[in-house]
Amino acid sequence: MAWLTATRWSPYVVGVGIGLLSWLTWLISSKPLGCSTTFARTAGMIEKAVRGEQVAQKPYYQKVKPVIDWQWMLVVGMVIGAFVSALISGDFALRWVPSRWAAAFGSGVGLRLVVALVGGVLLGFGARWAGGCTSGHGISGTMQLAVSSWISAICFFIGGIIAAYVLYGLIA
Amino acid sequence: MDKGKKQLIWGLVFGIVFGFLLQRGGVTQYDVIVGQLLLEDFTVLKIMLTAVVVGAIGLHLFQRQGWVQLSPKAGSWGQNAIGGLIFGLGFAVLGYCPGTIAGAIGNGHLDATVGGLIGIILGSGLLAAAYPRLSAGVLKWGDFGDLTLPKLVKTNEWAVIVPLCALIVALLAALEVAGL
Repeated sequence: MAWLTATRWSPYVVGVGIGLLSWLTWLISSKPLGCSTTFARTAGMIEKAVRGEQVAQKPYYQKVKPVIDWQWMLVVGMVIGAFVSALISGDFALRWVPSRWAAAFGSGVGLRLVVALVGGVLLGFGARWAGGCTSGHGISGTMQLAVSSWISAICFFIGGIIAAYVLYGLIA
Repeated sequence: MDKGKKQLIWGLVFGIVFGFLLQRGGVTQYDVIVGQLLLEDFTVLKIMLTAVVVGAIGLHLFQRQGWVQLSPKAGSWGQNAIGGLIFGLGFAVLGYCPGTIAGAIGNGHLDATVGGLIGIILGSGLLAAAYPRLSAGVLKWGDFGDLTLPKLVKTNEWAVIVPLCALIVALLAALEVAGL
């Protein structure tokens, strides 16, 4: 049972696992693995709680309804699954600043949180602009051979590689 | 139990498996994601491409059998290229993506929970606010609808899947040979 407590599994084992999982989500739920719509629904739910029912009339929330659906539950499950995995392997720890970030930019919590917030805004905005994320386009869409998903996935990495080189090559 | 509720539970179960796999794969770690974008550590690409090979073969077999009805997303250059590049910037600056951040939260990474999660929800809300203007303009640039690679090159899906999977396997083998 050493595999159960191993900190890391081979990326190929994990990849095959996710591929097989996508078979099951299609066969049982008729749904692709995806995550980013959940954050848009959550934004709508929060907006609705603060500003009232008329928020649901916004064109975007007519398309992406602010409700708890299959994918919303999937994302909640992902938090639980990762927690269980980290707990079993002993990899769970509360950490404010990732080690690579700390080595380049120092271990200040404030700076890391502000940059993470800005990155998150770009990520959420970009994911909903593109209509999907690394899961919805990058894995589920590319395996359906969708042109929209291949273009998105390639651009995720082009943008990401450029920004990472600017951050770690020029700024750090 | 009604069908809708049952599906919500399936969603939760599939999510638990997905999150477990991502955490064991190491992609709930900032260092692994940034390592990929700096082209030093290819874990992210290895996981994604392996999943695509297994998924593409299975899903298209199931579709042939009439067991599933795939739904490739429609898109446009304005939507997918520009949105993809903005996403990419966020991907590197945050160091997690919308799926791996859920895993990172479970893993105990507080920069994901306090900074990143709030940011993603905020960014999604901003897009919802900008949507009426974008949808009439930039999101329509170079619209190609729900085009797929087989339709693009006017061929049978297997004439795309077989060479594509061969190419992916060759690329992964090359990464291993190069020691990456």
